[in-house]
Amino acid sequence: MTPKSKLFASFGEAVRDVPDGATIAFGGFAMPGVPFNLIRALLEQGAKGLTLVANTTGGAQQPRMPDIGMLVENGQAKKVICAFTAATRPTDVLPFTKYYESGDVEAELVPQGTLAERLRAAGAGIPAFYTPTGVGTELAEGRETRVINGREYLLEYALPLDYAFIRARRADTFGNLLFHRSQRNFNPVMATAARVSIAEVDEEIVPAGSIDPDMVHTPGIYINRLVKVPHPPEGLWPVRRQERRR
Amino acid sequence: MSETKGLSRQQMADRVALEFQDGWIVNLGVGIPTLCSNTDIGERDIIYHSENGVIGYGPIAPVGEEDLNLVNAGGQNVTLRPGAAVVHHADSFGVIRGGHIDATVMGAYQVSCGGDFANWKLKGQKGGGIGGAMDLAACARRVFIILEHVTRDGSPRLVQRCDLPVTARGVVTLVATNYGLFQPTGDGFLMREIVAGFTVDEVRAATGAPLSIVDDLRAVRMAGA
Repeated sequence: MTPKSKLFASFGEAVRDVPDGATIAFGGFAMPGVPFNLIRALLEQGAKGLTLVANTTGGAQQPRMPDIGMLVENGQAKKVICAFTAATRPTDVLPFTKYYESGDVEAELVPQGTLAERLRAAGAGIPAFYTPTGVGTELAEGRETRVINGREYLLEYALPLDYAFIRARRADTFGNLLFHRSQRNFNPVMATAARVSIAEVDEEIVPAGSIDPDMVHTPGIYINRLVKVPHPPEGLWPVRRQERRR
Repeated sequence: MSETKGLSRQQMADRVALEFQDGWIVNLGVGIPTLCSNTDIGERDIIYHSENGVIGYGPIAPVGEEDLNLVNAGGQNVTLRPGAAVVHHADSFGVIRGGHIDATVMGAYQVSCGGDFANWKLKGQKGGGIGGAMDLAACARRVFIILEHVTRDGSPRLVQRCDLPVTARGVVTLVATNYGLFQPTGDGFLMREIVAGFTVDEVRAATGAPLSIVDDLRAVRMAGA
């Protein structure tokens, strides 16, 4: 396989083989690093019975950009695994909530650091780990804990993925990635945890060797497919969030 | 939030920011706590950490100068201070669980006198919003809580026992409300400072656990005052 074969001309082609029942993670924290274009392509592709992994289900902010809540609304999700399954402001109601309350979709609520570490563990060959996070809470009820050096820890399992959909600033044809500022967030760990990682990339994809190896954030060995994000309006880019009244 | 009695949201944040010591690494949660990064901290050098991996951010970016790929925990576009660094999520929570955060500031629905607090799920709610709160609560060296002293219907938020699902147990070190500054003591709350305009009896009546008072009770100190 030549490095060139990682380049895909369209988002549709890049997500074409996603089967029903796949487990897919989506990078992003608030606006930065969300693979808007890959989510939109998956909405069109239509795979069903998916397990979706992301920080939030989305839909709390305006303007609304493609998020996993839209895949739920589109009838494509069996389950979501998130650090937020409700809005941070109790007065907000997420589009996701209706589907969750009616039982159309399952949800697993995971503390954010545990979510990141479960992904990291999956990519690093660690089947499970103990964390102090969640001890003494509802989340620990009926689950295995262990006292190590006098402190109680909760057992958590790795979270392997079929696909990771991520967004980066720069890539070379080998798939080496650089992220800009907080665009990085979950993206590098999700890439390591997936069988197939697909990156949408802000800038023109440069020839292998153009990126200083010391500067690489995510090595190309973790990346299988690359798609350059077209300029707007064809491509979707982060937009300024609308300020809300308190 | 407009009819709040006593300190404003920014004033509560300012009071908590006064606790930060030179060189501390501080994590600010969504809501009122993010206002701490707007507080003038004078000569102190505080490193603000955000759970999405930003270490060393500064005030909210001026309109028109935002980098849309740079946000704090609340999704607001912030600026970077000299010396800032960015890491990925797993490393960012390594900073948290590894005990490198000197203090975290979070909002809450309730705090108990035993130092438990609840901030991720309302009664009867399906699902919740945990975010990074449980990691921070379990692992930061100090947990500071900012919340309105009473609910909209006047019920105390400083209570004997949380009746909402807790975020962590026995971790809260300091509580700032619009009425004053408090410390959980196990069997009650110790009031360290009171907001001008309130009497001790008023605060006691609005508190759901025994309230003791420091010998030299003062008015709440404010940054720059």
